[in-house]
Amino acid sequence: MNELLPLMLQGAWVTVQITFFGSLLAIVAALIGALGRLSPIKPLRWLAIVYIEVFRGSSLLVQLFWLYFVLPMPPFNVSMSAFNVAVIGLGLNIGSYGAEVLRGAIRSVHEGQYEACQALNMTAGQRLRRVILPQALLAAIPPGTNLLIELLKNTSLVSLITLSDLAFRARQLDQATLMTLEIFGLALVMYFVLAQIINFSMRTLERRLARGRMRGGMS
Amino acid sequence: MNFFDWEFAWEILPRLLDASLKTIGITIAGFSIAIVLGLFLAVGRRSRHRWLSWPMTGLIEFIRSTPLLIQVYFLFFVLPNYGFNLTALQAGIIGIALHYACYTAEVYRAGLDAVPRAQWEAVTALNMKPLNAYRKVILPQALRPILPALGNYMISMLKDTPVLSAITVVEIMQRAKNIGSEHFRYLEPITMVGLFFLILSLGLAWFVRRLENRMELAR
Repeated sequence: MNELLPLMLQGAWVTVQITFFGSLLAIVAALIGALGRLSPIKPLRWLAIVYIEVFRGSSLLVQLFWLYFVLPMPPFNVSMSAFNVAVIGLGLNIGSYGAEVLRGAIRSVHEGQYEACQALNMTAGQRLRRVILPQALLAAIPPGTNLLIELLKNTSLVSLITLSDLAFRARQLDQATLMTLEIFGLALVMYFVLAQIINFSMRTLERRLARGRMRGGMS
Repeated sequence: MNFFDWEFAWEILPRLLDASLKTIGITIAGFSIAIVLGLFLAVGRRSRHRWLSWPMTGLIEFIRSTPLLIQVYFLFFVLPNYGFNLTALQAGIIGIALHYACYTAEVYRAGLDAVPRAQWEAVTALNMKPLNAYRKVILPQALRPILPALGNYMISMLKDTPVLSAITVVEIMQRAKNIGSEHFRYLEPITMVGLFFLILSLGLAWFVRRLENRMELAR
């Protein structure tokens, strides 16, 4: 058991890194996707719809394999490290789900807020930055938390494109030591703990951000 | 070299379609188990008896926040040490069913919670047995929000079936990879698998939306 733990922790560190960078990319992709989806310009809207539907509709593992096996071959010749494939694949995949969440959140902002912005003679950019997004992002935190945990769980699939994350280490150690129960049990517990950390920190973030909202007299 | 070799695509289509039957079969079998098992989990979680509701809550939360891949590894590699010998396909179906049962359990729970309290009180007033109360009064009302949500999880399950390729189940993704390594061309097979999932999930999503609309009208 004592020899297992350091190697498993090494794997967990890779998992944490992929989750972190993947979620950064996912947030950016979700924001661009949602704004594109709500844009008044038709081609932008279509582009966003295609992005969202393709990444939500085809399976994540298929997307990872596509980026890892197809892109380096002749017509494209784009070779990326497994780590980059993992971050880009997971980020774009969860980002497409996030775009739909964010779109719902933006549309849930009360109409009166838009009218108030117009009354204050704000430009569209100001309105979005100062009024709409702060409220929409707050509303998107609870479903966003679920997506982040989904992202964490999905990082396990990167072990299938040879990245030595927690799932990969577990499989490797299992073949080497045959301590099957201990290894996979430990891996499950480690993923569970990571998920709880995400859960807890997002809840703290939500509470902290909601404080100003209460002061503004809005529920 | 062609960008997309249509002739090659046509040649491998029968093999992919053959494997797609397995993907669809796994989804149907897994989801059938998940909707039944999920109901038991949900009722258990809502039980008044703590010795039942606490372990159920713990189990559901644990399975929901750990990766399907590791759970499937657990079933496939750990259980044989304790005398349960499962084939890859059996382990895969049980694993994916168990994973999604925990999601469907939450769908049932939300649906049951949405039934007005007065209905529960009426059932008590009529002195109905719990089983009868569920069957005749509560479940028929809870069904409206439940059905579309279940449909969405079925789509998610379909897209998760490629994970089973990690324990040597030859579903459509694994077949595509095999074809790719035989011919050293990954573009066509993997793109076709992506299209397969895209078409199927968009079609199912359309069907779920129709179901949702019809349920609204029936209100």
